[in-house]
Amino acid sequence: MTGTALGAAAERREGHLKVTGGARYAAEHPLPGRAHAWPVPATVARGRVTAVDTTAALDLPGVLTVLTHENAPRLTEPGDPTLAVLQDPGVPHRGWFVALVVARTLEEARAAAGAVRVEYAVEDHDVTLTADHPEAYEPETANAGHPARREYGDPDGAVDSAPVRVDVSYRVPPLHNHPMEPHTSTAHWEGDRLVVHTSSQGGNAVRATLAALFELPEDRITVDTRHVGGGFGSKGTPRPDVVLAAMAARETGRPVTVALPRRQLAAVVGHRAPTLHRLRLGAGPDGRLTGLTHDIVTHSSRIKEFVEQAAVPARVMYATPSSRTLHRVVRLDVPSPSWMRAPGESPGMYALESAMDELATALGMDPVQLRLRNEPDREPDSGKPFSSRNLAACLREGARRFGWDRRDPRPGARTEGPLLVGTGVAAATYPVLVQPSTAEARALPDGTFTVRINATDIGTGARTVLAQVAADTLGVPLERVRTEIGDSELPSASLAGGSSGTASWGWAVHDACTRLGGLLGGLTGRLPAEGVTARADTDGRANAESPYARHAFGAHFAEVTVDTVTGEVRVRRMLGVFAAGRVLNARTARSQFIGGMVMGLGMALTEGSTMDAAFGDFTESDLASYHVPAHADVPAVEAHWIDEDDAHLNPMGSKGIGEIGNVGSAAAVGNAVHHATGVRYRELPLTPDKVLAGLTSARGG
Amino acid sequence: MKPFAYVRAGTVEEATGALAAHPGARCLGGGTNLVDLMKLGVERPDVLVDVTRLPLDTVEELPDGSLRVGATVRNSDLAAHPLVRDRYPALSQALLAGASGQLRNAATTGGNLLQRTRCPYFQDLSKPCNKREPGSGCGAREGTHRDHAVLGHSAHCVATHPSDMSVALAALGARVELLGDDGAREIPADRFHRLPGDHPERDTEIRPGELITGVLLPAATASLPSAYRKARDRASYAFALASVAAVLGTADDGTVTHVGLAFGALAHKPWRAERAEAALRGAPATADAFAHAVGLELEAARPLRDNGYKVPLARNLAVDVLTRLARTARTQEDR
Repeated sequence: MTGTALGAAAERREGHLKVTGGARYAAEHPLPGRAHAWPVPATVARGRVTAVDTTAALDLPGVLTVLTHENAPRLTEPGDPTLAVLQDPGVPHRGWFVALVVARTLEEARAAAGAVRVEYAVEDHDVTLTADHPEAYEPETANAGHPARREYGDPDGAVDSAPVRVDVSYRVPPLHNHPMEPHTSTAHWEGDRLVVHTSSQGGNAVRATLAALFELPEDRITVDTRHVGGGFGSKGTPRPDVVLAAMAARETGRPVTVALPRRQLAAVVGHRAPTLHRLRLGAGPDGRLTGLTHDIVTHSSRIKEFVEQAAVPARVMYATPSSRTLHRVVRLDVPSPSWMRAPGESPGMYALESAMDELATALGMDPVQLRLRNEPDREPDSGKPFSSRNLAACLREGARRFGWDRRDPRPGARTEGPLLVGTGVAAATYPVLVQPSTAEARALPDGTFTVRINATDIGTGARTVLAQVAADTLGVPLERVRTEIGDSELPSASLAGGSSGTASWGWAVHDACTRLGGLLGGLTGRLPAEGVTARADTDGRANAESPYARHAFGAHFAEVTVDTVTGEVRVRRMLGVFAAGRVLNARTARSQFIGGMVMGLGMALTEGSTMDAAFGDFTESDLASYHVPAHADVPAVEAHWIDEDDAHLNPMGSKGIGEIGNVGSAAAVGNAVHHATGVRYRELPLTPDKVLAGLTSARGG
Repeated sequence: MKPFAYVRAGTVEEATGALAAHPGARCLGGGTNLVDLMKLGVERPDVLVDVTRLPLDTVEELPDGSLRVGATVRNSDLAAHPLVRDRYPALSQALLAGASGQLRNAATTGGNLLQRTRCPYFQDLSKPCNKREPGSGCGAREGTHRDHAVLGHSAHCVATHPSDMSVALAALGARVELLGDDGAREIPADRFHRLPGDHPERDTEIRPGELITGVLLPAATASLPSAYRKARDRASYAFALASVAAVLGTADDGTVTHVGLAFGALAHKPWRAERAEAALRGAPATADAFAHAVGLELEAARPLRDNGYKVPLARNLAVDVLTRLARTARTQEDR
């Protein structure tokens, strides 16, 4: 593709609408007669509802109905068990919805929800994940279909006999996505048609799910996802809000909004499952790996097996003649985990890249050099050639920009008064995912073009980048291209997840525009009033098996200070260099990269959800207690990239950029903390309590 | 919905009259905590008395050199007030260490004193909490309590008071002015909040119907170096894991002539370190003496399963702040 639109730092097309309040989100549809609903969460961690008394709630002003498992509409059994809301009396975890109050106003619904009396038959619960939990088992597959176990060579023997060994355990706590906009849906029925405005990363998936649950043909359902206030994976699948809203709208005959309160989110829209890692690395004196084992244990709920694929990145990263990567899972009485930005890679690379840092220390080798020493020729696990792999270039470029060569490798060597100062490095990887989509491109007589596709903009700038793809494919100026997205009446498209959106949608847009260009080339004279339209469907091509191992790579560098008085760690600067194919919009790509890096900063230092063993829920239920980084935590963050020319990707030559910025960034911060202190902390987040305890014991008192 | 009456008081007499007429009424200042708790169903007042129009929104210097802060002075305004920054830096620093800019713009001095604990069990109606519902039990004692008390807790409650401002007031020897049916009275700031004992539902010594009209900052500590330091999980908008406010006066020979020391986030109230203060009066203003005195104070600590880190953290904070103040005091003398 040629042209000037792609790669340019084009501004977000909906930016003005958003900052002026003109962008309508899912709750912002004040339809006539619209009612509001408030769910009632279970207050036991395991058991069964034995009685629901709704009398008092129904007597309260404004209450229209109270739905429970006894009177709610029956749904077809969903593929995702977390959507089987109000279908049976079972309580698989605390916070599971056991009733829904619908009232004229939000306040009335909330008050009545507090008046619903629920009785339970309570059973003993177990919500505590341990590395040696007796109920841990090896599943067939981990998330995204990865085999739970891969093994070649004799990794244990190789590690045992290696001249230099690292044998370490790490713990990544449960984490929550907590997008700015809580999960929200407004549903209304127009005769036998269902219309929903919902906050989701994929409108087509919502439509297909609702069609199955309510036994409706898809063409009688419209799903509007025009503006979505973030998701980070937690809106990658339909959530109970949209099912409840559709149910309640049908029962009351009114439009109904279900806007889940922040305090209920932790239990019902997924979380990153905690992962307990054991990593063993063996290496020769030259730093070359001879063996690697990465074993993880994680949790899932009683109703759903979701296995965070945290050992998978070790199958991609480093050359080793023997390897075992293994996942085990324990089903507990906990909320169902799910996707959170870079599932698998994010916690997995925290552990692997921390262990590589430990190996560098054990070898007395520079950690950048250690990584360069173990660059593979082919993907280690599959043996496939890489379509492109520029980890080495990212490490070198990052080291140059960061000033890595001036680093004193000795831990604890740099102090500024009571502060210890350290720097750290870590690598990043994220797979290239792409899914089939359809798109339509139309040329109009006034010389403008419209691209139509049910892509979802979750804050990434999808409208903008798709217009850039279209403009360059058609060879026309960017301002002559309109994009219509976020509506299931548009040609169907894949979801915004797995860093696959732009690649998948852009491919379909490219193909539609290429065909349109062909049609226009054969025409003479003025276009008909309705314009000329071309469609494309990438099924069979976008999802074709590639003979190549396709991944983005990156390198993170971080500088931290550790306060010896308080144990407070602050990041001074972060620098990332990424190799992610061709970068299609310099402005929005930078935002995604640095957003991922900041999320990694949070994972390293401030974020964590505490499973309350006594009550069986997550303690942190609001943004005052679940600590995402505040502005004051976020220092100079720099993102750079190395443009790659990779012909094995998609017509734009892009890899995904939504997640790679997050992967490895927590490890870079953690490695910097080790460099600052000489203490190796292996349990996130690195909050003052842990850091101070480590400093104290390191100093023998 | 829980209906409530709203009374807008234009004068102090109207406010106290409304409080007397409606037992259980709550004063509405910035609403940054009260309104949240009403949404959660933790607070369910029948009457809200809006005090934001009361003529209590000024900071004035009294003839004796003390400073009178009106109850409705906003936290941001108090932190930025030139006399406060000049004479009571610990108070300005404590205010700025709390909450976020937006919250500080709304929150009032009186409201800050009356804010409730952020204990997650207190905020969750589905769980036991003796403070919210006396006799129901304490979820935190065996539950999640990394942020909870290590000093002065009882079998009934291990919550901490969340205010930063109140810690500085305790160290500075401030007094809280109250007005009620029985007239006006004052309570020393470090006695305004209570330990939980058998009645964790009572946060303070305020009597039913009493209105906070202001806070008096004494002349005695106006010219002494003071500071506030807070340790927290993130750099802004996080409650303290531990904090310390200190004011220190030293003689020419380097001995301590005046010391005020208070800890935040360690107890159900700002913890005035009286034992440490007593040990320091007349002692040399040295790091060793500070460490010894603070150690004596923290002997009373009874950490729970998961919050033992607070003891060394508080010790480090206190020694650090006192040592820096001693340095400041010496520099001032040199001038």
